Amino acid sequence: MGIGLRLGCAAVALASALAGTLISGPAFAKDDLVIGAIQFPGTFHPSIDAMATKNYILDMARRPFTTFDQDWKLICMLCTELPSLEKGTAVEVTRPDGTRAIDATFTIQPGAAWGDGTPITTKDVLFTWEVGKHPQSGITNSQMFAKDIAGITAIDDKTFTIHWDKFRCSYDSINDFLLLPEHLERPVFEADPSQYRTRTLYDTDRTNPGLYFGPYRITRVESGAYVVLEQNPSWWGEKPSFKRIVVRTIENTSAMEANLLSGEVDFVAGEVGLSIEQAIAFEKRNGKRFNVVYKPGLFFEHIDLKLDNPILADVRVRRALLMSIDRDAISRQLFEGKQPVAHGQVNPLDRYYSDDFPKYPFDTAAAVKLLEEAGWTELRGGIRHDASGRRLSLEFQSTAGNRTRELVQQVLQAQWQKAGIEVKINNQPARVLFGSTMRERQFSGMAMFAWLSAPENIPRTILHSTMIPTPENGFSGQNYVGFSNPEADKLIDDLEVTCKEDDARPLWTRLQQIYAEQLPSLPLYFRSDSYIMPPWLEGVRPTGHQYASSLWVEQWRSKQ
Amino acid sequence: MLRFVAVRLLQALIVLLVMSFLIYGLIGLMPGDPIDLMINANPNLSPSDAARLRALYGLDLPIWTRYLNWLAAALQGDLGYSRLISQPVLDVLKPRLLNTLLLLSISLVLALAIAIPLGVHAARKPNSVTDTAVNLLCFAGISVPPFWLALLFIILFSVTLGILPAGGMAPIGGDGGLAERLPYLVMPVATLTLVSIGGYTRFVRAAVLEQLRQDYIRTARAKGVSERSVVWRHALRNAMIPVVTIVALGFGSLFSGALVTETMFAYLGMGKLIYDSILGNDYNIALVGLLLATLMTLAGNLLADLGYAALDPRISFTETRT
Repeated sequence: MGIGLRLGCAAVALASALAGTLISGPAFAKDDLVIGAIQFPGTFHPSIDAMATKNYILDMARRPFTTFDQDWKLICMLCTELPSLEKGTAVEVTRPDGTRAIDATFTIQPGAAWGDGTPITTKDVLFTWEVGKHPQSGITNSQMFAKDIAGITAIDDKTFTIHWDKFRCSYDSINDFLLLPEHLERPVFEADPSQYRTRTLYDTDRTNPGLYFGPYRITRVESGAYVVLEQNPSWWGEKPSFKRIVVRTIENTSAMEANLLSGEVDFVAGEVGLSIEQAIAFEKRNGKRFNVVYKPGLFFEHIDLKLDNPILADVRVRRALLMSIDRDAISRQLFEGKQPVAHGQVNPLDRYYSDDFPKYPFDTAAAVKLLEEAGWTELRGGIRHDASGRRLSLEFQSTAGNRTRELVQQVLQAQWQKAGIEVKINNQPARVLFGSTMRERQFSGMAMFAWLSAPENIPRTILHSTMIPTPENGFSGQNYVGFSNPEADKLIDDLEVTCKEDDARPLWTRLQQIYAEQLPSLPLYFRSDSYIMPPWLEGVRPTGHQYASSLWVEQWRSKQ
Repeated sequence: MLRFVAVRLLQALIVLLVMSFLIYGLIGLMPGDPIDLMINANPNLSPSDAARLRALYGLDLPIWTRYLNWLAAALQGDLGYSRLISQPVLDVLKPRLLNTLLLLSISLVLALAIAIPLGVHAARKPNSVTDTAVNLLCFAGISVPPFWLALLFIILFSVTLGILPAGGMAPIGGDGGLAERLPYLVMPVATLTLVSIGGYTRFVRAAVLEQLRQDYIRTARAKGVSERSVVWRHALRNAMIPVVTIVALGFGSLFSGALVTETMFAYLGMGKLIYDSILGNDYNIALVGLLLATLMTLAGNLLADLGYAALDPRISFTETRT
């Protein structure tokens, strides 16, 4: 045998030896649940850096005071009862400087304790507030801690009152007041607040049981690969069914599918998994082996229109743009009807949704009529021109590399072409589009992307005239379109202090009417989250909003 | 030779310094900063929070000030903290580097172990059936996209046969020892090996073919040296000089990873880390990762130069005057 052949044989033998140590079957029996996620959390600190996968995992290991449930109703989780003006647990007050404000009293669940057995008390509440409002702690959203909350009074170990800085209807909602363990984190914080974000135990001692207080606690973290959660013995609520939950990170969606099929991943959650078109394709191929559930949610896919553009400044053109596109067909053809068409920015599942506003069905003839009324009468080479010879031509931007959006863009471009509207697609990577083009309002015509909001979210940041980014305000705010409507501004201001549902409803209705009449952006559809579940898994109820279904992980069961 | 090595090390230091400045500057020139990415992920982030976080992360400083701050800290051994992974840079890099070294060195050794004999056999009988078959395999290997090959392996060995894990590094809950990791290495190693065999085989074939046409080979044959010795001891040794150059140029990739393969098999290596850190504006990780790859490429070239002398005694590092 020649040297070359021997070397070749040795290589093959080595490869065979590597393959010799085989594994078989799924990683766990039904006592365990393996969830696939496409990202790994950067940090495990609940209030540093918002990230869907982190929230999804932490929601199994912690609980917020309040949250929206699967029916989009605000509920207590760590507290015993929502404060209310009627019951006297919320009281309208006047501050010494004359400001109208409100105090709301919460009580912590009596049995609530950290994973190391330490009871959860108001000391934790006060410490969390102290960290949250400290300018150097690195907490991402400090607005609530540093500005909205004027003070917190601990009444006893379990009861505390939040003194809001002004009267607000959302006094009972502290969804983002995510508790930190005072007994563990205080020494780290006090050692050097400016280094807290790099020294927090959530990142230096991630499996410390005292950091968690949910049905599960994190017991192992392999950075970038997986997180293991096991039942928390100090959990005070309903006992969860699965003994162990593993969240595995598989960033490539094709590899994720293969892992599902090979049984190494049981379940892919909508919050952290496949996109809708990938889920639809997966369902077509493997629908018999899995339950694929689609849940329309609060991701509002739309096209922002630059209202400073002289063409788009005319509302007739904006309406014509919307009437020339067949959103029903797009939803049906591209998304199998799983992503409902949006007629406004308020989701029909929201309690303040109103059906009483103008809608714009697909009607090219009506769109053409509107364009002609707006002066775009002359067709040259299939493109409309006005009397001065100006082309009806618009730039259309979105996130490059997003296959769904690129596909939708091509369909829209073709449909607008039929109405004589020229659309030039100019996509940019997401970080360029959102990092400068949108933030500094450098887009010239149309930009397609999505907003994520919460139920009953008042759209101040995207519709109020004070939220138009300018060099003077440091490009703050997300009113990229430049929408300025005094009536809408007043409605938004009023909605923040109109608490009774019956009083707020007409304001919400009028705001939706203004949006539909003025069309600062073109509503497309509400994106759906897609959940790929094994037939034996039950109890998973997608929420459709930003608070994850894993907040109810103790209700998940295996049928077998 | 010592002087030669010393000069090359000094040159490497200068290159690293220049590279660190260029990489830092280029990342800084990209639109948006980490806080913009946060705003993108969290539309409720208020403008005052964004300004506070920019100041906290030092992003409100001019880029050259940030670079000098980084350089001063790095010279004292502090390579910084990863914003994306929330760990010190070295803690993030060490395991990833070892993973990448393990994956890529096994596949490099395997690829060379297969490519060298294949290339030699093809060169011995050019234009023969064997040569044509080897060439065909080489071009197939060069043309196959790694992600497609990886998917094919996953579908065959994990989904259909169920004999290999579809991805990951080790069993969940295991100790992560080498024995546990072997099954997880099979498919990534096979993918990388198969896609690189083609190139190496073609280089070896061309180099051996060139040597077999030389006068000294004819002389050796005329002297009655066995064909086996002519090919493997005389021709191959001289043919290895260009092959060593190619391997040395790829030495840096042993440390910079294989992005596609790592992503497909959820393998935690340097490729994905560097890619994510650049996209996520994680300056510290991107900078140190890329500098490490640069350093290793320079080291590979130095080793190649030293290897030339070992392979060919006519090459020396002493300065000659004519």
